[in-house]
Amino acid sequence: MKIDWAALGSVFGVSLVVTVALVTLFTLGIAGLSRREAAATRGERAVAATAGAYTCFALCAAAVAYGIYLIVG
Amino acid sequence: MEGFSLILAIVVITALAFDFTNGFHDTANAMATTISTGALKPKVAVTMSAALNLVGAFLSVEVANTISKGLVDESGIRPEVIFAALVGAILWNLLTWLVGLPSSSSHALMGGLVGATLASAGPDAVHGGALITKVVLPAVAAPVVAGIAAAVATRLSYTIGGKDGKAAEKGHRAGQIASAGLVSLAHGTNDAQKTMGVITLALIAGGALAPGSNPPTWVILSAGLAIALGTYIGGWRIIRTMGTGLTDLQPQQGFAAQTSAATAILASSHLGFSLSTTHVVSGAVMGAGLGRRGGVVRWSTAGRMTVAWVLTLPAAALVGAGAEAVTGLGDWGTALVAVFLVASSAAIWLISRRQVVDHTNVAGPAATAEEPAGVVTQALAAVAPPAAGQPAPAAEDTAPAPAPADGPTATVPAQPTAPAPVSPAAESVSPAPAPAATPPAAAV
Repeated sequence: MKIDWAALGSVFGVSLVVTVALVTLFTLGIAGLSRREAAATRGERAVAATAGAYTCFALCAAAVAYGIYLIVG
Repeated sequence: MEGFSLILAIVVITALAFDFTNGFHDTANAMATTISTGALKPKVAVTMSAALNLVGAFLSVEVANTISKGLVDESGIRPEVIFAALVGAILWNLLTWLVGLPSSSSHALMGGLVGATLASAGPDAVHGGALITKVVLPAVAAPVVAGIAAAVATRLSYTIGGKDGKAAEKGHRAGQIASAGLVSLAHGTNDAQKTMGVITLALIAGGALAPGSNPPTWVILSAGLAIALGTYIGGWRIIRTMGTGLTDLQPQQGFAAQTSAATAILASSHLGFSLSTTHVVSGAVMGAGLGRRGGVVRWSTAGRMTVAWVLTLPAAALVGAGAEAVTGLGDWGTALVAVFLVASSAAIWLISRRQVVDHTNVAGPAATAEEPAGVVTQALAAVAPPAAGQPAPAAEDTAPAPAPADGPTATVPAQPTAPAPVSPAAESVSPAPAPAATPPAAAV
């Protein structure tokens, strides 16, 4: 009986880092959109927040695409 | 398809039935959080999950080709053994569905295989070491890994975000749908292929296929359809437990849980440490529950679920072994087992009709009505902070009462109340009669 601690450890590490990174990115994106929403109600435009939000979402989409690539590949 | 004996046909049909229960059982893994947070309507959610499971089934045959290798010796395995294994797995899946507990379909299948192999070929054909490394350790590791990731992610998302509004609502919906889609797709590639692997193994064992063959197209197609149909029908009882029974999920938590689950599933299957989807998702949901300030995990439900996980392998093994012993008696034995399987399944279904759970009441408050509150959680909440604070004032309130009557005995009533904090369950009871009993004693 040989337990592959290295594999278990890397699964744990990767899961933790990737999950936290993705959720953080996504939450930042949502925060950006919320700011835009708030700015819009004041009749302003929040360009930086919008751009930041879409960058975050693009990175999340890339992660999902990589996930699909992993499943297919 | 020449040389397709009756037993082989029975095995294929039983394997497809298992595949159906597998999809049915595991819809919750992908869609429970999405349904309970309202990101998708129940019917839309199961339809999407079913479609992605079907797509996933066609993506590769890698898992199918490695099925059952390492756990039991596949040489000399007879179709009857596989049939017996499937009987054990199906019955365990249906039973856990009836009580609404998520448990691993893979463990049920492995348990059935182990039991049937034990009964058929003796203990030497089962690799005990593989059992620990492939079953026991992952079952412990999966919820911990996904749970910690989900808890940290949940905490962070509340810290960073915390803003409500249309944009946030829409965002979390989209995020949940995407991660739930990934889990569905991964489930299709993994679990539909397990059935393909089992059918292929049976076909090889029965001599209908050459050893080392890939699964034929009709096997891939039927396995994919069976799991998709099962997913679409939906194991609503399990969805309810997973989505609302373990903890109350808000959209942020649902997103964190589903993302952590998707990540852990993909990471585990690509880093060579395979984790059960069910265990991962359950852990992620509990982690998300713990990650929110004020979030509560119903430990009684979690406890029942853990019991089901521990029992999965031995229970399926027991049924598998029993079924194998009976099929060993001859063709009538096999027929008997088939009748037993159909009858038990029908009985379980009939019992389930007494209290129907479907897409109309899956996300409703029915779950809380069935289980008012986590007993352990409630006890913990009741005990932890007030235990030190509350009994003391109570003792002070009652102690001064006899004190004016008799000065020196004022310390006596304090003593019976002292043990109260030690046994918190009794604290509400014991202090009351104690002061009532002591004043007369003090008076004498």
